[in-house]
This record gives sequence, C-alpha cells and structure tokens, in this order.
Amino acid sequence: MQIFDLEDQGLRALNQTLHDQADDSNQTSWEIINPRGSHAIAVGLDAPIEVKIKGSTGYYCGGMNKQADILVEGSVGPGVAENMMSGTVVIEGDASQYAGATGRGGLLVIKGNASSRCGISMKGINIVVHGNIGHMSAFMAQSGTLVVLGDAGDALGDSLYEAQLFVRGTVKSLGADCVQKEMRAEHIALLQGLLDHAGADARPEDFTRYGSARKLYHFDIDNAGAY
Amino acid sequence: MDRRASSIISTSTTLAHIEDANMDDNTPNRPRTMPIQSATFSGSVNAEIRRAAATGIYDIRGGGAKRKVPHFDDLLFLGASMSRYPLEGYREKCETSVRLGTRHAKNPIELDIPITIAGMSFGALSGPAKEALGRGATLAGTSTTTGDGGMTEEERGHSQKLIYQYLPSRYGMNPDDLRRCDAIEVVVGQGAKPGGGGMLLGQKISDRVAEMRNLPAGIDQRSACRHPDWTGPDDLEIKILELREITNWEKPIYVKVGGARPYFDTTLAVKAGADVVVVDGMQGGTAATQDVFIEHVGQPTLACIRPAVKALQDLGMHRTVQLVISGGIRTGADVAKALALGADAVSIGSAAMIALGDNDPRWEADYNALGTTAGAYDDWHEGNDPTGITTQDPNLIARFDPIDGGRRLRNYLKVMSLEAQTIARACGKNHVLNLEPEDLCALTIEAAAMAGVPLAGTDWIPGR
Repeated sequence: MQIFDLEDQGLRALNQTLHDQADDSNQTSWEIINPRGSHAIAVGLDAPIEVKIKGSTGYYCGGMNKQADILVEGSVGPGVAENMMSGTVVIEGDASQYAGATGRGGLLVIKGNASSRCGISMKGINIVVHGNIGHMSAFMAQSGTLVVLGDAGDALGDSLYEAQLFVRGTVKSLGADCVQKEMRAEHIALLQGLLDHAGADARPEDFTRYGSARKLYHFDIDNAGAY
Repeated sequence: MDRRASSIISTSTTLAHIEDANMDDNTPNRPRTMPIQSATFSGSVNAEIRRAAATGIYDIRGGGAKRKVPHFDDLLFLGASMSRYPLEGYREKCETSVRLGTRHAKNPIELDIPITIAGMSFGALSGPAKEALGRGATLAGTSTTTGDGGMTEEERGHSQKLIYQYLPSRYGMNPDDLRRCDAIEVVVGQGAKPGGGGMLLGQKISDRVAEMRNLPAGIDQRSACRHPDWTGPDDLEIKILELREITNWEKPIYVKVGGARPYFDTTLAVKAGADVVVVDGMQGGTAATQDVFIEHVGQPTLACIRPAVKALQDLGMHRTVQLVISGGIRTGADVAKALALGADAVSIGSAAMIALGDNDPRWEADYNALGTTAGAYDDWHEGNDPTGITTQDPNLIARFDPIDGGRRLRNYLKVMSLEAQTIARACGKNHVLNLEPEDLCALTIEAAAMAGVPLAGTDWIPGR
C-alpha cells in the first residue's frame, strides 16, 4: 500500500505519480489522504491499480479513468468519473451534478444520492445509484445503463437515445421521448449482473425499465412541441 | 374619389394633368406606375415565406453570414512614406512564425505562419477531406483542428500539429486522443451560432461516423449547445485544471468563443486559465444550422477584434495569452489587418474548403441538379456535395483527391502568407506581428468605429 498525502505533496505530484504507474507496476494499491475537497483527483489514470481516497473530493474526481479501481470514502463534487472509459469508481457518500457525464465504459457506483444530470450524455458507462437522483438525469443519454434504487427527479431521460434506465422508486416525470418499457428476461439478467457488481441488495423484478420512444430520432416539424 | 375629381381639386392642377385625368385605362400610351418591388418584402424574402409555408420547417444551411457586414475590406493600410521606412520586398526578411500557448503549457505550438485551419468535424467532412486539411496545413507549417466527430487517423496521421476540440457533445472524446494531440481547444461557441448547438442529419451518419459517436447509424445527431459537466467560467477554470492534469500540463489550452460579447468572453476565458483565446465572428462557417441563427445572432468579425484585444490589454495579458481571430478570413490582406488590430494569428475554415475545391464551377451541372449554383451551394448537411468534401457518400468521396487537395491548400496558405508579408514590409515591419492599428485607416464610419482606427482622411475614430 502506497500512501500519498495530497495536502503535503500536491495535486500535480499525485496525478503524475499515478500516471507513471505502468500496466505491470507492482505498486498496485494507493491510498490518498487529506483530499480536502480538491478538484481533479486521480484523473486520467490508465493502469490496473486500486486507489482509495480517504475523504471527500471536489470536481471531476476519477475523470476519464481507464482500468483503475477508485474508491472514495466520502462524497464527491460535480462530474465524478466524467468520460470514464473503463475500470470502476465507487463513491461511499453522495455525488453532486453530472455524475458519470459522457462516460464511455466502466462502472460508477454511488452509494448515496446523486444530484441533477446524473449520466448526462452517457455513452456506454454503467451507473448504479443506491439512493435517489436529481432532475434531468440521463439527458441525451446515448448508450449504457443507469440503475437507480431510489427515486428519480423531473424529466428523466429527456431526449434519450439508446441508454437503458432502471428505477426502483418513483419517477417524478419523464423527459421528452422517454417512455416506460417492458421488462423482459434479458433486462432482468442485465440488471441482476449490475446490482451484484455494485453490491446493491435489490431484486431486479422491483425495477421499472425506461427507454427511448425513438420518435425524435429524425427531425419532424410535427414533433417541435416536444422540445 | 375618382381620378377626375382628384385632379380638379388639386391646387397644382395643370392642363396636362387635366388631359391625363381624362384618359381611361384603355387610352393608348397612357403612362403607368412603374412596378416597385418592396425593399422589405423582397423577392428572396417572399420566396422564403413561401418555402416556409410549404414545408413547415426553417431553412437549415451551412456556411457563415451571407449578408454584407462591415469587414476587413473596409480597412486600408497606409503604407510607408516620409515618416515610415519600408522593407525591401524579396530581400529583407519579414518573419511570419508564431508561438501559441506560452502562458502555461510545457509545449507551446510553434507555427511557421500565423494562419491555422479551424475545426471541422469528421462526419460533416469526409475522411479524405480531413486528410487533405492535415496535409496542406503540415506542408505550410501550421496546425489543423478536429471537430465534433472526434479525431480520425487520417487527420492525426497527416497533421504535424493537431488541435483537439473539446466540445459539448464529447463525441469520440477519450484520454488517448487527448494525449496525442498538440493542443486542446475547449469550444464554448462559434461565430455562426453563438449559443447554438448543431444537428448532423441522418443521411450523413454512416456506420463509421455512428460508431465514433456511439449512436445508431442513420439517425439525426444533436450536438449540444453547452457542455454537460460545467457551466460558467468558474466551472471552466476547474475543467481546464482537469484537462491539464490529465495531459500533465503539456498541451496548450485554447478557449473558442463565438462573437457575442468579445470583451467579457475574452476576459472570462483568461480568468478561467486559457492559454489561447479564439474569437470567431459571424462570418465564420458551420456545417449546418438555422439560417435565422447565422444571419441574426452574433457580431461581425471586425467588431470582435478590438474588444478582445482590449480585454487582454486591460488584464496585462496581450501577447501572453494569444488571440486567434476567425470568421471570413480570405486573403493575406485580411490576415494582416487582423494582426494589425492585435490578433496573434487567424484561423480559416470556409476559405480552406474553397481551396480544396468546394463550390468549384467545374461541378456546375451537379450544383444545378441540386437546385443551386457554384458559389452559392451551402446545403452540406444533406450529404450530396458534388465535390466529395462534405459528404459520406463513397461515390462522391471518390471524386476528391486528398493529395491534390492538400497541395492546393498548401499553395493557398503560402499565397496568403506572402500577401501578409508584402503588406507588412510596405509598412516597415520585419515581423507580421509588428503590424499595428496605426498602420490602418477605415473607409467607412462603421468600420472606423468597430476597428478603432481613423476614418480615411481624418483623425476621427467614432466613439473615441
């Protein structure tokens, strides 16, 4: 276990050190102490290492992550795991806005609640939120899966493309072109796998699936009122 | 009141009027009122009303503002005379090299000429067209820029200096491409549509384009108008920090804004940490957006330069944060004028496409078949471009030779550079960046006010 004191050594040294870890590095386990809400912690990682952050972070923690497994023992600011490519990012607390924005792969787990625009423009990432999510989540979400064990706020899945949304609780309202869909066996299996991976104690059968009605895929003047 | 009665009560009645009033509609050679077309309801306006009524959709097109606005043509260089010494053409050196990104980046961009190629997406443009832009820019010693479709091998492989755009859609965005680019351009807006996003219509979404954008082939693809994970300059400062950390502070970070509020936009971009600010005026092109947006939102390029320069000067950042100007740059004279007003470099998009062959009259028959004519074609979004430049149709793409296109672009860039050098030498400057507002005068009051240089023949700068 390598311990890195962010307060003492600074952000630049931290990210450079983590970037310098090669695929075959034997220093695979890192603990970052004194994060104190700093921004851009552990961004752009590209090695199969484990990074544990002992406290809460600011913006863009784990941004553009590849391969690494990042655990935050606290809450995170906006844009956690934005544009993540692969690996996992697990948040013990809550997440602010834009969690997992534009993510292209990997798994983001938020054990608390996520604020608005969770999964905005997601492009293949899987996101599991144990609590609730805020308004406009999964806006223009392209692909990947968003799982919410709690409730969803207004305008869920507005202008959705091919991402799949599963919500166990209530949805305050659906956004334009987002509709409830049938839960088939393949969806149950997909959901069970994600719940297991995210350590979530929930039954897939209790969730409702939402997806795109695909009515806005081609511009039609008769649909202009939907925007 | 009939015509006869009207004539009788007129105080200026003459015999001729009375005779005229006695004519009826069948009188031979009776003078008639000349038909007068309305300046307000002109032929083109009426045609657009009829088109809108028939189709129910606004006009979408590519390119920049087509209306006439104050531009670089409204400025003149004074040249040298008794009080200024010119440099000898073809003999005395006049430098054109520029460095962009010197504020924070470990590796600033070094260019041989102060003319760069603006961002244009793969998707909007064909792969060979992107390759040609890279080839031409590299041969001329300058940079080219990705667009909304991510980075292609064609352009990375053929571009010695490649600027990677960081756009709201984040199509194709990934950390590997971020690390293999030479600079990052955070796009806040563009001159053709400040505050607007984009739409790439389904007919241009080939399997390859779709895969790069993580979307199904054949559907319309919306490019968002604002970034998904930051709003405002305070957030942008943190976003720029993240991008620098990911790339180990090696890459210059450009911030591109449309010509909306250039003084404040430049100020805020500098505050957010930009190494380079790109200001794009309303003549700057786009692949496609609403005509009403292109023609009615944003400011002319000429009106944007001095406020942006003043912002940098007020911050003590002029020449520390470099300013790139784009939107309607066509000639070396335009380049020289932009630099004289305080820019560090310019960027071209529409002109580069024309150099590649866009709107070439050799394809007139094809343009006619599309209901238009060479020079006026701007429906690039429909994917039927006869030149093969702005299409994903393999048959049309085959018409375009990227090697020849690259050579043409190189030639054009060299000509522009030579023209700018010619003017700079005539003004006594041994580097094009030494041109200054004092070298200029304006032909119109509007241009004088916008550019902040005297009206020709006077010492009057309106608004000063």
